[in-house]
Amino acid sequence: MLEFPTWKKVWLWGITLACCLAALPSIFSIANARWPDALPEPMVNLGLDLAGGSHILLEAEASQVAEQRLENMEEAVRNLTRNAEPRIRIGDVSTQGGSLSFMVESTADVDRTRELIMPLVNGAGLTREWDLQVVDQTRFVLTPTSAGLEQAVTDAMDSATEVVRKRIDELGTREPTIIRQGDTRIVVQVPGLQDPEQLKALLGQTAQLEFKLVDQSALPADVAQGIAPAGSQIFPYAPGSDFEGQSIAVRRLGGIQGDNLINAQQSFDQQTNEPIVNIQFDQQGGARFARLTQENTGKPFAIILDGQVISAPNINEPILGGSAQISGSFTVETANQLAISLRSGALPVDLAVVEERTVGPDLGADSIRQGVIAMTIGSLAVIVLMLVTYGRFGVYATAALMINVLMILGLMAVLGTTLTLPGIAGFVLTIGAAVDANVLINERIREERRRGRRVIAAVESGYKEASRAIYDANVTNFIAGVLLFMFGSGPVRGFAVVLVIGLFTSVFTAVTLTRMWVADWLRKARPTEINL
Amino acid sequence: MRLLKLVPDDTNIQFLRWRVPFFVLSLVLIVGSWGLVLGKGLNFGVDFAGGLEVRATYTQSEVAPVAEIREQLEQIGYESPTVQQFGDDNQVSIRVSLPDDQSADKEAAQNAANAIVAELRDAHPDFRLDGNDNVSGKVSGEFRNDAALALVLAMIAVALYIWVRFEWQFGVGALFALLHDTSIALGFYALTQIEFSLQSVAAVLAIIGYSLNDTVVVYDRIRENLKKYRKMPLVELLDLSVNETLSRTVMTTLSLALALLPLMLFGPASLFGMAAPLFLALIVGTYSSVYLAAPLLIWLGVTSDSFVPEETATDRQEAAARKLT
Repeated sequence: MLEFPTWKKVWLWGITLACCLAALPSIFSIANARWPDALPEPMVNLGLDLAGGSHILLEAEASQVAEQRLENMEEAVRNLTRNAEPRIRIGDVSTQGGSLSFMVESTADVDRTRELIMPLVNGAGLTREWDLQVVDQTRFVLTPTSAGLEQAVTDAMDSATEVVRKRIDELGTREPTIIRQGDTRIVVQVPGLQDPEQLKALLGQTAQLEFKLVDQSALPADVAQGIAPAGSQIFPYAPGSDFEGQSIAVRRLGGIQGDNLINAQQSFDQQTNEPIVNIQFDQQGGARFARLTQENTGKPFAIILDGQVISAPNINEPILGGSAQISGSFTVETANQLAISLRSGALPVDLAVVEERTVGPDLGADSIRQGVIAMTIGSLAVIVLMLVTYGRFGVYATAALMINVLMILGLMAVLGTTLTLPGIAGFVLTIGAAVDANVLINERIREERRRGRRVIAAVESGYKEASRAIYDANVTNFIAGVLLFMFGSGPVRGFAVVLVIGLFTSVFTAVTLTRMWVADWLRKARPTEINL
Repeated sequence: MRLLKLVPDDTNIQFLRWRVPFFVLSLVLIVGSWGLVLGKGLNFGVDFAGGLEVRATYTQSEVAPVAEIREQLEQIGYESPTVQQFGDDNQVSIRVSLPDDQSADKEAAQNAANAIVAELRDAHPDFRLDGNDNVSGKVSGEFRNDAALALVLAMIAVALYIWVRFEWQFGVGALFALLHDTSIALGFYALTQIEFSLQSVAAVLAIIGYSLNDTVVVYDRIRENLKKYRKMPLVELLDLSVNETLSRTVMTTLSLALALLPLMLFGPASLFGMAAPLFLALIVGTYSSVYLAAPLLIWLGVTSDSFVPEETATDRQEAAARKLT
């Protein structure tokens, strides 16, 4: 029990030194001292609650992806049948209940229609994306398969994550963390951010830009009541626009989407000096935009952003250069935001901010200072208690305690874990609890001595008998810590991390290291009496 | 140098003489705690109730205008907001829970936070936003489920572990002591109306871990003594075990208390809600190990037979081998 061969000592000291050295850069940083650049610097990450910053949880609705997919399918089917040679006439198109259903007017066209839409049904990937049924001979019913829908949601979230990343990069913030979470969520963490409002406004904007022709046949009275003519739909004007509170009817099909943009910049109108957004289409988008404006010169078209009409100007002349400008009661700030959003692409789904936590940098710095003070006072008090109660054995316990704190910090730095505000409480708790092992051992040695055992035998059985309880107590704490890590979120996880790492290091320091020191002393001094 | 001994050698306190009245007291405490939790209710923070919490400093003021803030919020339609001083005199924490009809709206907390910050900033230009937490009803519901699940799983898991390492009676005793400690911790949150947040769940889980610490130490000694003194009456044996571990119990409780007390007094204000219940549980956990976990073993009928060293497989093989030769 008290035998420590040299190789074992080398290992124990090696591990101890390595862990403590790993803690140095973090200590330098907390003390605001400079760590030499030439040396490696594993660093404990400070959580947002200590370093300041924003944590934002975004969530999408899977049902929105499904709706959009259905709409795209409808448009694709309409285009295919219209452009078929000879044209296939379809009617009674409906997207009720999550399925697309339509009737082929002539029974002779059924087989041709089926052939035509088969590539759409099968999709590009390995999974079949739609179930096709033909009922009553001429009615086609297309229902999305769950695998296809799942894939669509995953794809939408992947590209949404990409768009979010681009937008945050545009803000020039340092080291943002952007992670997909679960099926429909994205976590965004931005350290040290000064203006969370701007970030949230940027992430909340879907930036789906559409250009649609205004349906001039619609009766104003019907539009006001929300009744759209066949083939049209009603959109409200955006708040802040010239016709706020009113609505307008636009043709559902035949417009173009704003996803073929290569650039968008905030600028000023040369005549009115109002802030505007200049957009530049890519080749394909530019061609389509040119065709739309050529075919409809003199008619009004609506510029729709996220389901709200910004403006509905007349097309005075065909716009052939592939660039256009959007104006509509912007401020410089909102125009700039829209430009960033359009540049980084539209979000394929709306994202809602379902959780936000922001901490200013001052508050975090205060917390660290107060935490360090509390920890220092607590440690000193525990150390004094150990020294006056256990004498020489108290010195060992104290040394173990100090190494323990360093080792936790060092391991956290090497493992890349995050220190949070509750993590500070974890440190304090660990300091109080770590000496429990020393208390158990030392009390047991006292007991054995009282029973008349000789010094070496008493120390030996002290370590042996106490280790069972130490082991069991640490396992139960470990169970609680792991469950906390699994179910906890954010800062609370930081608490669990410190507790769990602290369990391992405290057994190592309070049991293994002190045993090595005690054994060394016993062998060298050969005491016949110990003061304990 | 004479060393300090807080507990004299070889104490012989008959702890278990009072086991029945103390057991009744514990039952009363458990029932009372649950009465508080169900009657008065936990003061759920935004983590669990949804809504928003804003922390701010009025940089140019001596004292934050708490009453005025409350009035302002009520004027723009947020009824009974919690506004309190937090940390320094000119710092406030403002908490608003969402009306029930808005809990389905995912962005309600966001929009409310924006409105409130704008309103307060208008009234006092020295309003500095230090931090805010906005949690939608959906996310807070998930937090509630996760927290409840974590607490229940932790209690069952550690009790199972004790059962495996000791005997079933010990598992039941430990579980009951845990129920006692967590109930009282929750009752404490209800009584003091300290905000119950995700941090509080972390505190209660830590309580589960550490309250068991004591129980394990006492149980370990009981097991040892059961093997050693096969003929000793159980009550006497339990008393002996508690007495033998008494000085360790006192020392460990004291060192934890010494570490936690500065955290309560000088630590960050937002950690008080974590440190205070931990401190209380320290005392309660020690008591429950002695007066709940130990006496339950009597009533559950632990005997020395549970721990007679069993013949191991190698013992049997060796015996068989001897017989052959």
